[in-house]
Amino acid sequence: MDCMFLIALKMLLGDRPKYWMLVGGLAFSSLLMTQQYFVFQGLLSWTTSHMRNMRASIWVVESRVDQVNETKAMRDTDVNRVRSVDGVDFAVPLFQGVLKARTPDGADKMIQMIGLHSGTLYGRPARMLEGDIEQLRLPNSVVIDTLAAETNRLGAGMGRPLRVGDTFEINDREARVVGICQTERHFFGYPYVFASYDQALQYAPRQRKMLSMILAEPKPGLDTAEVARRISAATGLRAFTVPQFEKATLKWVWTNTGIPISFLTTIILGFVVGVAISGQTFYSFVLENLRNLGALKAMGAGNGLLAGMLLVQSLTVGLIGFGIGIGLTALFGLTVAKGGQPPFKLEVPFLFQAMGGVVLICALAALFGIRRVARLEPAIVFRG
Amino acid sequence: MVSHEPNSRNLSERAISARGVVKAFGSGDARTLALKGADFEALEGELHLIVGPSGCGKTTLLSVLAGTLGCDAGQVEVLGSMLTALSSAEVTRFRCRHIGFIFQQFNLIPTLTLLENVSVPMLLQGAPRREAEARASERLGQVGLGGRERQRPTQLSGGQQQRVAIARALVHEPRLVICDEPTSALDSVTGHQIMDLLSGAARAPGRCVLIVTHDPRIYGYADRISEMEDGRVTAVHSGHALGAFIQAAQRS
Ligand SMILES: Nc1ncnc2c1ncn2[C@@H]1O[C@H](COP(=O)(O)OP(=O)(O)OP(=O)(O)O)[C@@H](O)[C@H]1O
Ligand SMILES: [Mg+2]
Repeated sequence: MDCMFLIALKMLLGDRPKYWMLVGGLAFSSLLMTQQYFVFQGLLSWTTSHMRNMRASIWVVESRVDQVNETKAMRDTDVNRVRSVDGVDFAVPLFQGVLKARTPDGADKMIQMIGLHSGTLYGRPARMLEGDIEQLRLPNSVVIDTLAAETNRLGAGMGRPLRVGDTFEINDREARVVGICQTERHFFGYPYVFASYDQALQYAPRQRKMLSMILAEPKPGLDTAEVARRISAATGLRAFTVPQFEKATLKWVWTNTGIPISFLTTIILGFVVGVAISGQTFYSFVLENLRNLGALKAMGAGNGLLAGMLLVQSLTVGLIGFGIGIGLTALFGLTVAKGGQPPFKLEVPFLFQAMGGVVLICALAALFGIRRVARLEPAIVFRG
Repeated sequence: MVSHEPNSRNLSERAISARGVVKAFGSGDARTLALKGADFEALEGELHLIVGPSGCGKTTLLSVLAGTLGCDAGQVEVLGSMLTALSSAEVTRFRCRHIGFIFQQFNLIPTLTLLENVSVPMLLQGAPRREAEARASERLGQVGLGGRERQRPTQLSGGQQQRVAIARALVHEPRLVICDEPTSALDSVTGHQIMDLLSGAARAPGRCVLIVTHDPRIYGYADRISEMEDGRVTAVHSGHALGAFIQAAQRS
């Protein structure tokens, strides 16, 4: 009987227009589903990029803060309260705020200002490309990321990328670039500018309370989650481990922004378009072949065999279309999204889910045809 | 299902016996009785024609005898199996094993090669592909299309396509060959070539070839002719009477 499946494939392959329509529709659907999902995942990962850029073990925030991109200022004395919690190895202040920088040609650009503890520079970026982070201790010094350095960003008007030694202004104060670092892009899209904590406070508009976050490390050998729990209990602040803070941030995005809904809508649309195109095309393929299927039925092909043949046909185009679709998605990830804009984060498990989706689409498409063929009277082949 | 060696069969054994077959189409006002209690018999080793005016129920009777259409009343026994008592899956299996089909419109699958088209009945029986294709190739040679295995039906004339259909109908050595108007889409010369092949096929031991036709030019090939009118078989001509009937039909 498996030879009949080969015959089934040849029947479909022989009808080039329908074959390519099916493969194309399913490729489009697979592309839409996977590409949108991976961009969505990339976007979600941007919401937690602070944690990978500053790499602290424990993040302590004001008690009403739900996620890493939100700040409610705390008192400077809160740092000492955290330090005194049993199990805390050390704790340092962090300033985080969106400020306005003025470029050499006089334009204002938003920046993501990070103030690192002046003594230790704890939370410093992982990778310096140029310059020396230690020079942040000099007055009016900043380290910028590659995004900030790009031509026409913070150095707009210079006609070239910013380099070490160049200057721009933040709130009418000079900012001299002493280093350029690599960061993972942030959700807001603003470039990172690092300064020492004290320097950051001078750049930022003066307010009664200026401490955004406290970064802490547990004593060696202690469980991070346990120490975080102790900090929360002892200080009334909220202390998160990195996984906890990531989870809280993602939860906040899901419940407070329209991003997941709009991406999910597109992904579901991709599925529906796939069902619509391939269902239609496959059904018309079945209708056009009704005489042939009737002849096969007369010659002794049972309903089960014919159903199997239709399934083999639809699943084959489904898997070919899926292959092309994810190939295009991969190409998109390797070319358009290479620079991180739009974000793109490959997640292998979703490939299997998307494949399951395509298989479902094909099974549905075949189902209409199978129902039609089951009702087919083999005697129709005798009618002119 | 009883299966006999063809050689152990007497040439005049009954291949088909149908009694009181009734078949209606549609319902209510649109209901037509296509068969009104038709009786029919065909013998092995014969080429048997069913003739009659348009709409008298020839195709319907042929479909019922071939097991592709169920009937509303009556009994149909084919090659020793009571079709009317079998489940539809059993009837399907029966068709697969024992019946070869030839259609007016040839009904070859256009996207398959001739070889693949002819192999289908073998493949449906579960034969391995190589064996099926070897037999198919042999059959194509017998109908004069040797060497054209890789061509597609659309590259052939109508007569050639019908020859492929004959090869397909015979490839699995069926004991009953069913044809509906096999020559009516063909010119007269081609029609005779097709009939030569079919009457040759009817000479195989234990086989019956059953043909529905409108075409008096091919009556001469028949061993027996059943005449139908208005849903019933009204006369059967064979032996000496057959010649007279054919002459009368061809004159009018
Ligand atoms: N599927 C169907 N639905 C409704 N009526 C049908 C159907 N098939 C046949 N009939 C009717 O049954 C009657 C017999 O039809 P059938 O096709 O058996 O005649 P026929 O002798 O083969 O005619 P022809 O020589 O024109 O092929 C006709 O009145 C026809 O209209
Ligand atoms: Mg007819």
